[in-house]
Amino acid sequence: MKESSPLNLYKFLPQTNCGECGEQTCMAFAAGLIARSRKIEECKPLFDEKNQKKYGKKLDQLKTVISPEVALVYVGAGDKQLKVGGEDVMYRHQMTFFNKPPFAYDVTDAMNEADLVERVKLIDAWKKFYIGNWETVEMVAVRSVTGDAAKFAACVKKVMENTEKPLILCSFDPKVLKAGLEVSAAKRPLIYAATKDNWKEVAQLAFDYKVPVTLSVPFDLDGLKGMAQTFAEMGIKDLVLDPGTAPNGEKLQESLQNFIKLRRAAVEEGQKDFNYPVIALPINAWMTTKDPVRGAYWESVLAATFVIRGADIMIRHSLEPHSVMPDMHLRFNIYTDPRTPVQVKPGLYKVGNPTEDSPVFLTTNFALTYYTVESDLGSNNIDSYLLAVNTDGIGVQASVAGGQITPSKIKDAFAEAGMDFEKTSHKSFILPGMAAKFSGELDDLYGYKVKALVGPEDSGRIPGWMEKQWPPKK
Amino acid sequence: MGEKLNISDLNKQLAEMDVKSLEGVTIEGDIELEIDAGAGGAGPLFAYYFGEEVAKVAVQLVNMAKAFGYPVESLLQPVAVAQAISPAPAELAAAAAIPAFKIPDTLASAKFSVGTDKTWKTQVQEVQLGATKAEGGSRGHVIKIGGEKAMPFFFDAVMPNRPVVTIDVFDMPIGMAKAVKMHYEDVMNDPADWAKKAVKEFKADLVTTHLISTDPLIKDTSAKEAVKVVEDVLQAVDVPICIGGSGNPEKDVEVLSKACEVAQGERALIASASLNLDWEAIGKACVATDNVCLAWTQLEINSQKELDRKLMKVAGVPRDSIVMDPTTAALAYGMDFAYTNMERIRLAGLKGDEELNFPMSSGTTNAWGVREAWMVNSPNKNDSPWGDRMLRGPIWEILTGFSLAMAGVDIFMMMNPIAVAYLQEITQSLMGLVKAQTPDTTNWISMEV
Ligand code: SF4
Repeated sequence: MKESSPLNLYKFLPQTNCGECGEQTCMAFAAGLIARSRKIEECKPLFDEKNQKKYGKKLDQLKTVISPEVALVYVGAGDKQLKVGGEDVMYRHQMTFFNKPPFAYDVTDAMNEADLVERVKLIDAWKKFYIGNWETVEMVAVRSVTGDAAKFAACVKKVMENTEKPLILCSFDPKVLKAGLEVSAAKRPLIYAATKDNWKEVAQLAFDYKVPVTLSVPFDLDGLKGMAQTFAEMGIKDLVLDPGTAPNGEKLQESLQNFIKLRRAAVEEGQKDFNYPVIALPINAWMTTKDPVRGAYWESVLAATFVIRGADIMIRHSLEPHSVMPDMHLRFNIYTDPRTPVQVKPGLYKVGNPTEDSPVFLTTNFALTYYTVESDLGSNNIDSYLLAVNTDGIGVQASVAGGQITPSKIKDAFAEAGMDFEKTSHKSFILPGMAAKFSGELDDLYGYKVKALVGPEDSGRIPGWMEKQWPPKK
Repeated sequence: MGEKLNISDLNKQLAEMDVKSLEGVTIEGDIELEIDAGAGGAGPLFAYYFGEEVAKVAVQLVNMAKAFGYPVESLLQPVAVAQAISPAPAELAAAAAIPAFKIPDTLASAKFSVGTDKTWKTQVQEVQLGATKAEGGSRGHVIKIGGEKAMPFFFDAVMPNRPVVTIDVFDMPIGMAKAVKMHYEDVMNDPADWAKKAVKEFKADLVTTHLISTDPLIKDTSAKEAVKVVEDVLQAVDVPICIGGSGNPEKDVEVLSKACEVAQGERALIASASLNLDWEAIGKACVATDNVCLAWTQLEINSQKELDRKLMKVAGVPRDSIVMDPTTAALAYGMDFAYTNMERIRLAGLKGDEELNFPMSSGTTNAWGVREAWMVNSPNKNDSPWGDRMLRGPIWEILTGFSLAMAGVDIFMMMNPIAVAYLQEITQSLMGLVKAQTPDTTNWISMEV
């Protein structure tokens, strides 16, 4: 959606201020649509079949106006369904990026069953905790290496037995794709790919099985656009574009420029006839090297390139922690909504089941810091209290330097949260190591009735600190 | 299924058909549906199963269900539909009513074009680091940064200068992550050797001498004593240099002013002037000795404007002697803020903000402060294994720097030589400067890895 004025959406709403959506007025709801915090479906009267005569046309217009600049394609089915594309801006500060590009990790039909199952399980189970959430891998890409349709189908089946995650079926042979679709169509996989050679057969498959399809015309945007037009005319509109991912050399520069061109055409120029989501193939890094570290690093670098500039989905290979971890974080950082402050509500939180003997920690209400400390305590089974001091979402080190956290603010925060140290057996709390210099002043403020202990600088070292320092010596 | 349906019977019919995909959509009372014959989307498959009239109604329902957020499309493929409706209908004739799916003989030919960004009217200031003998310095060559007319690696305009790397050298041994330390252990006691190794072995474009021993809380080395190290480094290497203080706001003014004197005429990058120290003194020292002033602010675009303005207007620093450091928050540790702050600064500069169109610097070494870069294992027991930290660290520094290169950074302060090499390779590749045989990617599906 390009629209930024609520007034221009208001005219498509019923304008009755009925309040069903929870807003007082239709104008407020329109503002919510602009902010992407509300969905049109939440205006029930607009969809009520009784009202279609009255509102039907408005609804259609509204749908057109609010549709995303990069088309949104659904891949997968049920609660594992993924949104691919749907972006509205070129740069994240202009609003936010909405749908992080799913990472599809590859398996092949040439793998023996044990290796295949092991890899699928690894993909399925991969997770890392970050800012209150678990980062996970979204998809599995099944590559046809043998070219044998039956082997491919068996492989797809085996994959599905071991994961619920949506699939990308990869082959240029329509017979192979068909065999894969026979066993997996109900899960709405993405098929890769229609090319200038096989497009008729692949179009038929996309139609018959009602699955989204990738169009692959590397390094030829005219040809890619022509194919997209042909598919759209056939009524096949759940399309993903593969403009080619060259892993090195001058072609790599061309690849990035093509991604930028496609994103700009869709988002900045509103080219509605060619605004489909785009797939990147960082896996191609492995065509340039056999060295496992070099391959993983270069793949990560390619993934970063296209996460930042214009990919909506990507196929990956390396599941090594030194590739998947940094890429997950990079994607998270780029796709974090810059409009929402990354803060938690200030106050006293319980971790596990704390008692009067449990330690009392404190940190700031910067979400990253808070959740990091909380997870370090929780995952190490340290029953405790954790105070989030209001620093306007600034981390410990910066807020100590900037004065957003001070000894008296800490004391006030404990008082406001109703913390009664008299009820603890140890009468103490633990300062972050970065705020060590506050300990003396805090002791004074509390008149030496409550002890301010100094914890480690990184909360990951709390377990070790506990072993040596807890409970505090009397 | 062959009989005609009244729309008011639809609810009952649908219930009998047990159409799972529409579960949750309840239709009460008499309903009016406007049926538009062209309201396609479901296609002949649907007609096949439902008969023409019902198909039309169903199309409406599907649209409604879609609007309510039901993923109906996923259920409208053969297997699911066949399971949902049993037994299969006998009447097939109606299928003809929906426009048939037709594959054309040839692909449409099309022309794709996209314009450049017309709002980018102003060039980023080009800044020369280093000065040769003829220019009043002693460097073997000079380095130019900045000068962009477009966002990095965009096709709108050629990038005139490649991003460069300056490797950190400290005036005393410091604690560092194992994956960094292993490369410098042999030179840690001699900043001159350290600088030589950075340039010769690790291909640093520049070196940064950090005078951290001057910190009153560390060794409190006097400014006069400390800057001898700068002289040593200038002797040891002939690349352009940067000079950093200890970060102590009082002491740095004295130390950096003195450093400017010994680097007279060298166009060294002086790190740094900031709003919480005497920026005017540092700015003026740079002007008086022909050095370049690094303007450091903390993740705040308006402070950056303020500092740049003050350096120009009050301290009299010329435009060609300002580089900005808007602060590098590392990957997974606030990189989103740093990235967006820099991207906004660069876009504002290109659009004509003359207080922001300067080259940018990144303290990429900050990546090593992130636990994922150095910790042996995850403190969270439920995380998937973190693997070998010796491999995790360098990629953390690579991606921290590279992300910010995409946002507009021109000069990177780095430490790990592997990270330096990758950063140089990817940024130069994206500028088209790296010639390599690109493999035929069309057969990636069957590649062996
Ligand atoms: S539900 Fe719709 S009609 Fe009612 S107030 Fe909200 S926007 Fe207006």
